[in-house]
Amino acid sequence: MPRLSAATRHRVGFTLNGKPVSVEAEPRLLATDALRHDIGATGTHVGCEHGVCGACTILIDGAPARACLTLAVQLEGREVTTVEGLAPAQDRLSVLQAAFRRHHALQCGFCTAGILISLDAFLREQPEPSEQELREVVGGHLCRCTGYTPIIAAAVEAAALLRRESQTIAQTIALESLDV
Amino acid sequence: MKAEIISWTGQSVERVEDAALLTGRGRFIDDLGTRPGTLHAAILRSPHAHADILSIETETAAALPGVVAIVTGRDLAKLTTPMVAGLKIAAENWPMALERVRYVGEPVAIAVAESRYLAEDALDAIEVAYKPLKTVVDPVASMGEGAPVLHEKAGANLVSDRRFRYGEPEAAFAAAAHTISVSVAYPRNTGAPMETFGVVADYDPHEDVYDILANFQGPFSIHTVLARALKVPGNRLRLRMPPDSGGSFGVKQGVAPYAVLIGVAARIAGRPVKWIEDRLEHLGAAVAATNRVTALKAAVSAEGCISALDWDQIEDCGAYPRAPEPATLYRMHGNMTGAYDIRHVAMRNRVVLTNKAPTGLVRGFGGPQVYFALERLMQRIAVELQLDPLDVIRRNLIPAGAFPYRTATGALYDSGDYQAAVEQAVAGRLAELEQRRDAARAAGKRYGIGFAAAVEPSVSNMGYITTVLTAEERRKAGPKNGAQATATVSIDPVGSVSVHVASTPQGQGHRTVLAQVVADIFGLPHRDIRVVADLDTGKDAWSIASGNYSSRFAAAVAGAAHLAAIRLRDKLALIAADQLKAESTQIGFAGGAVFAKGNPDKTIPFGRVAALCHWAPALLPDGVDQTIRETAFWTPPQLTAPSEGDEINSSLCHGFIFDMAGVEVDPANGKARIDRYVTMHDCGRVLHPGMVEGQIRGGFAQALGATFYEELAYAEDGAFLTGTLADYLLPTATETPDIEILHIETPSPFTQLGTKGVGEGNCMSTPVCLANAVADALGVSEINLPLTPARLAALAAGPEPAQPETGRAVVPAARPGDRSLRGEGEARVAAAPAAIWAMLLDVDTLASIIPGCHGVEKLSDTHFKADVTLGVGPVKGRYKAEIKLSNLDEPRAATLTGSVSGALGTGGGSGRVTLTPDGAGGTVIGYAYEAAVGGKVAAIGGRLLDGAAKAIIGQFFAALARKASPGKPGLLARLFGRRA
Repeated sequence: MPRLSAATRHRVGFTLNGKPVSVEAEPRLLATDALRHDIGATGTHVGCEHGVCGACTILIDGAPARACLTLAVQLEGREVTTVEGLAPAQDRLSVLQAAFRRHHALQCGFCTAGILISLDAFLREQPEPSEQELREVVGGHLCRCTGYTPIIAAAVEAAALLRRESQTIAQTIALESLDV
Repeated sequence: MKAEIISWTGQSVERVEDAALLTGRGRFIDDLGTRPGTLHAAILRSPHAHADILSIETETAAALPGVVAIVTGRDLAKLTTPMVAGLKIAAENWPMALERVRYVGEPVAIAVAESRYLAEDALDAIEVAYKPLKTVVDPVASMGEGAPVLHEKAGANLVSDRRFRYGEPEAAFAAAAHTISVSVAYPRNTGAPMETFGVVADYDPHEDVYDILANFQGPFSIHTVLARALKVPGNRLRLRMPPDSGGSFGVKQGVAPYAVLIGVAARIAGRPVKWIEDRLEHLGAAVAATNRVTALKAAVSAEGCISALDWDQIEDCGAYPRAPEPATLYRMHGNMTGAYDIRHVAMRNRVVLTNKAPTGLVRGFGGPQVYFALERLMQRIAVELQLDPLDVIRRNLIPAGAFPYRTATGALYDSGDYQAAVEQAVAGRLAELEQRRDAARAAGKRYGIGFAAAVEPSVSNMGYITTVLTAEERRKAGPKNGAQATATVSIDPVGSVSVHVASTPQGQGHRTVLAQVVADIFGLPHRDIRVVADLDTGKDAWSIASGNYSSRFAAAVAGAAHLAAIRLRDKLALIAADQLKAESTQIGFAGGAVFAKGNPDKTIPFGRVAALCHWAPALLPDGVDQTIRETAFWTPPQLTAPSEGDEINSSLCHGFIFDMAGVEVDPANGKARIDRYVTMHDCGRVLHPGMVEGQIRGGFAQALGATFYEELAYAEDGAFLTGTLADYLLPTATETPDIEILHIETPSPFTQLGTKGVGEGNCMSTPVCLANAVADALGVSEINLPLTPARLAALAAGPEPAQPETGRAVVPAARPGDRSLRGEGEARVAAAPAAIWAMLLDVDTLASIIPGCHGVEKLSDTHFKADVTLGVGPVKGRYKAEIKLSNLDEPRAATLTGSVSGALGTGGGSGRVTLTPDGAGGTVIGYAYEAAVGGKVAAIGGRLLDGAAKAIIGQFFAALARKASPGKPGLLARLFGRRA
């Protein structure tokens, strides 16, 4: 691992939501500040800067991480996903995001980015989650507006819709392979 | 046309706000770009609860690279005046300390630099010399003899003492069969929005104008306080709000003093300055709800009917009575009799100051403190008179036919049917709950049922705070009353409709609801209406009552928008009547068209009628001035000033809540499980059921936190103990149960839409409903929040009182977050005791093994000074340490006494180190220590602090071991012995 000088800035290059980005970072620069203020990806929010609230959660190489406890230089060479990277297109919402909107699973929306990131990662890993498992995942985040119930309801519904979607895709692939 | 009947209002449509928030396109204050050249501020805060500032050395900090200015209280005082408070007392309210600090976390200096990182570096280089003073944190003790007086000019910590009398309370108590009482010490807690405060300020020296962007939430009466503090007329303080705000729950009223601080910093720096509060600053110094000591007595008949109440409230506003305080104490003044028909009330209200952070708006605003006492009293009446608790509630409820109902203390309750609400809530559900309780108890479990009834006030009267003044003082100050709401509806040249309001939402979906309400007036799809809800006091319509507080949106703001839209529509109807040759009363608006009723051929597209005023004003019919923009102001006539007899209609609307809970307490571990929770609401007409449900669930979750987890805790010396979200615990998804929500609707006759507020009620009803259930489960009479596992276990273990009057459960002595650190342990080192002994007395060795040490100075053989950097959780700082050795027993044992001090806090303690030969040439080093910490570091709380202390001590001995036997592999693995 290279030793970085505290006094100088270092070029840090990584992939953000599929696109290459780079920042000039002092070693002490937090990943949250680099993402938000240097790159302009302000969707990731900072609620406590000590790793408890979960608002700043991002994916680093597919794994959820607290960006407020991560240094920008630690992102070098990584694949980073933030809330800006969850929707399939600019004018669309992901299945999970749309479920959040239907269930009023957000009010002020400040904590939402982190919760979406954690749930998105979890649902990839566990497509058939129990409600309790979803509660545990959301339990890693603080939301002060909703009382959590609508968030859990949205996550349960999104999981079901995603399963149906993947079944449809699986069936399509199966049919296509029969054709061949 | 049938289409006219379709109503968007009342439907749970998807929110227009959500797509942006879900995709990371929100525009919160820290998401907005700033002007090039904007500087960043960091605030140095007091580590002491009470101390004189002897000196502030800023030269070193000011000379650091990137630092533009260091602003102290003296600089502030040259450009501003103290902030006005609701009380006329001699205490000066400065937003930053001048000569004395009065609470931990009080701003002492501001560093302004090119980046936040450099500004924080500069804070480390500011040297403040303090002379600590005696502190007082307990509100009752603050009134005692010998208590240190916070503001000498005010003469005492008791800054307001008012007595009120309504009806004939003395006669009622004399005639009553029973007098039943409760006493409550309600703790401090806060709304803890996920987004902290933010301010971006700029100053124009030529026009003498402050332009300040802040995630402020109102009330905008505070604008007058700010302008006055900044010494400019109101039109030279342009206060702007960002489009999105990450929650507030009242708390973001407290950003106001920082608008002054950052405004002045920008003026001194000559450039725009931005400041974003961090979480430690927020928990320690933003806004706390008041803690309150209450003694409440009731005059009660044998059947449990209450004829009189006697309130004695001692309100703790912290170190400064900051505007709008003491509003928390008077917010409920009109509804101090709750949902009950009680005609005689005596009241004593005292306001005291203590060495804690200033208080202010927090969701529920005075309601949690009042209803906790009142509804605990209802439960105690049932227990002491051996009555059914629900029957006691039923017997005292205001009769259904009595509305509008004038309370003894002056409120005019607008509407309600409390009996129907209660009966609908309990129907079927109570019987099931009782079965569950009986089954649990039969199985040996501690299960209880709790009830709470509460009247939820909304749309506060701008005059209620003046009830703290005597009638004579009010006459001098001039009348204050009403609650101006405002909304503007405008039509552009293509006929599309926009709405602007001064409601500064923080996540409540105001834009969606306003689009629904206005769309219905014009017969347009709700998606066609665009709403802007952020406010710019420099160009938008607003008044002192503007803002997002007192649950005023649905009742006041949506009504004002409705009014403005109707005025515009009525004028458009005149235009359409003229064009369609029909009577204006026969003009309808639906489906994007304007038509003559009963004549389907006579139809014009809405846009054509709406745009006419822009393109062809000459064609406007007589009586229509313009249809471009209509601003409505609305203030309800019922909100009158306090009467000569101190009666005050403190709020316009009064919703009703009835809650019922089943709770099981595990006496072994103090864990409470909410088995069932039912909450019945009457908030008048519901505009958007999904959002109303969201408000109730959100309020419930905050109340759950207040009941079981949350307290802004202070040590006796005023050290703040709960500075992180690992110490100030908010409920998460795993602790928050699903609840059953019920509604009845009795529309308010006083509001434009029949609506009432709904956001705050569960913060008032839920803590006491759960506490009543716990009291029922454990058979205890005195209960104070938060009901932490330790407190619940102690309550469960306490003797069950045979006679409730005499047998009071002991409140557990364990304080949340005891700041003393204790520990012991041992380490094995492969060197003889004599060698270790020599190392411990050697300056160079110590310098190399003390974690984070920058150098050790030897003052004598047994007295050392060191300069160290220590990090505890998120708080890392440089400290000066002094270490003395005593009770030397060479080479077997020594006592180390040390103290550290730095910008982040202070600490002191002592430990005994023993060196014992291990029989194999090595040494077993045993140590035991006891230490106490204060200041910012103490706010980290026990959990992290204890771990950090152990880690630092561990590092010390690990380094000692390495030094004693260099190159010996595997040693680290054997280092750590038992942990404390």
